[in-house]
Amino acid sequence: MKNTLRQVFHSSKFLVGFILFVLILLTIWIYPFLNPGNPLEMIGVGTFAKPGTYVSVYDALNTGTETLRLPDADDKRVDQLLSDADRVSMLEWFDIMEIDVSDLDATDTEALLDLWFEHYDQSIKPKGMTQAKRNFYKRLDNSVRQIRSADTLKIMHPEEGELVERGSINKTDYVNVGDVANVKLLPLGTDNFGRDVLKEMVSATGTSIVIGLIAGIVATLIGLTLGLLAGYVGGWVDDIIMFITNIFTVIPGFVLLILISYSIGQEQRGASVVAIVIGLTSWTWTTRSVRSQVISLRNRDHVNLSKLSGHSLVRIVATDILPYIASYVVMAFILQVSSGILAEAQLSLLGLGPKTTVTPTLGLMMNWAMLYSAHTNGSWWAYFPVILTITLISFSLNLMNTGLDQVFNPTLRD
Amino acid sequence: MSETRERKDYTNSPLCLSGRGVTKIFGLGDKKTVAVDHVDFDFHEGEFVSIVGESGSGKTTLSKMLLGLINTSEGEILFQGKPRNISSGRKKREYWKGIQAIFQDPFSSFNVFHKIDSVLLDCINMRGGRMLSHEKKVEMMTEACSFVNLKFAELTNKYPFELSGGQMQRLMIARIFLLKPRILLADEPTSMVDACSRATILDMLLDLRDETGMTIIFITHDIGLAYYISDTVYIMEHGRFVEYGKADEVILNPQAAYTKRLISDVPKIHEEWDLSTVELKAE
Repeated sequence: MKNTLRQVFHSSKFLVGFILFVLILLTIWIYPFLNPGNPLEMIGVGTFAKPGTYVSVYDALNTGTETLRLPDADDKRVDQLLSDADRVSMLEWFDIMEIDVSDLDATDTEALLDLWFEHYDQSIKPKGMTQAKRNFYKRLDNSVRQIRSADTLKIMHPEEGELVERGSINKTDYVNVGDVANVKLLPLGTDNFGRDVLKEMVSATGTSIVIGLIAGIVATLIGLTLGLLAGYVGGWVDDIIMFITNIFTVIPGFVLLILISYSIGQEQRGASVVAIVIGLTSWTWTTRSVRSQVISLRNRDHVNLSKLSGHSLVRIVATDILPYIASYVVMAFILQVSSGILAEAQLSLLGLGPKTTVTPTLGLMMNWAMLYSAHTNGSWWAYFPVILTITLISFSLNLMNTGLDQVFNPTLRD
Repeated sequence: MSETRERKDYTNSPLCLSGRGVTKIFGLGDKKTVAVDHVDFDFHEGEFVSIVGESGSGKTTLSKMLLGLINTSEGEILFQGKPRNISSGRKKREYWKGIQAIFQDPFSSFNVFHKIDSVLLDCINMRGGRMLSHEKKVEMMTEACSFVNLKFAELTNKYPFELSGGQMQRLMIARIFLLKPRILLADEPTSMVDACSRATILDMLLDLRDETGMTIIFITHDIGLAYYISDTVYIMEHGRFVEYGKADEVILNPQAAYTKRLISDVPKIHEEWDLSTVELKAE
């Protein structure tokens, strides 16, 4: 076992494929720590933002811990927030309260607000003022207080929320982009729903590999069981199994896959259901090849010796047949995983993939890109990296398979 | 062993394994091959029988039918005088307690994933020794190994492929020693090992027969070897027994042309090798 592994890792093809695949797996594992959050969160408005660094105009992170406002911009903001009608209403109040406003300029928001907070009190009931009017002033006061509450720079402690520093920023000050919370680096831009393509793709790669693994496990288990039974038991069992296998081989697998996916319906079609359906339609060639391997093994002397030692059928299959075809089964499994990932991509591209909006898969990303015509409007980042990832996964798996093939069949070595 | 090894007459010993009209046909219709063609035989208890024939004469097919690894097409095989019944797995297992085999190629006879210990432990378990203590089992395995001049202490925890061909074949005999079946079917056990190991292995087979009184059915293509060790010889040609009888009678006074040819084909050190009987087939 140890020697076999050493031999396998001496094969350069296997090693390259293995390292590539491990790198992909590591990326899937580590990237969410660097960039946490829901991969399907719509962080941008509008479709297909180009790759690049973006500063969000609103608090997309919704952190609520730091508020940064530049003074000049803030003044303008407050000016805008206080409408002319409100100013007139405020002046009217001062008039009723017989406050001297002769030296007050109505456009000077700061002075107006200072005076307002000095004199307004909700409990005062001026004579002759209707209830509706008094309520209007209460509402006005509330909105004015909200404007006022955020008009200077405050730096708060992220957790406790207590005030750490209070000051003002000059117009000529520089701000480090790294310190600004709302800056987002989008190396692959956003997709049609304004989602970070890279983050989405990393998550999608993970889902696709899981789909491939489930499909591979299902197909290999069915193929192995039927192949072992047909090959070892032989006779009418073999005839029946091969009859079924031949029928499934003759029906084009992909058409069957489309029909099954279609009949399951959108609602029930989760990632794992799609994976199982893929597995259920791709076991035939594993069965055929396992059967032929078993037939050549079942008349070997060590199997006869095991029979003579009184071992049961299950034990002979498990200990005298299976270990001898294990390397072959591993190779078949790797190819099944690879073709499972491709089958999911094909299905999803046709719109028959897993249910949308819950988990992204590589196929679904291509489907979305196609539906929103990314290929015609030049948004290459929405589909090209996805295609590249699928290619890389298939490439690494096939490379591993070829490497294993060369180790286990020495005649193939060059 | 010596030239003067006495051959006992077994014709009056109880029957151990016999066959009537045993036939094996492979394939159907035009592709039909008759591998074994209506053979009759009677093997007695304690007898050392050789079945001699050239390659493709049906020896191995017959041995597999005797072992119950393949079914007969026609005819019946009697085990200890009664028709053999191996219709179910349980009955087959019971039958295999009475008949065991040594195969031709020691390198392919062992499962390369199992250690030597497990091969021998299987035999102890089959003989109903599953409940024995570990010490007792080791003692039995050591005894079996020393019977075939192997040291169990050196073999334990090793894999069969770490041994030489001769050692593996001796391990096979150790297995038989543990199982002590009534019948041993040795299918060319010496053809894949060197001449020195061959003599040792044959000696061990004879010792085993003398010790336990088992019947040994020895299948070989080498008529000289058959003469050297057997009591009774069956000569097989194209699936039929052309001649059989006591080894001395058959080999010193052959009747069938095929037997004569087989005998003349044995190379002799002090004589010119007569190749005139070899059929040269022209294209």
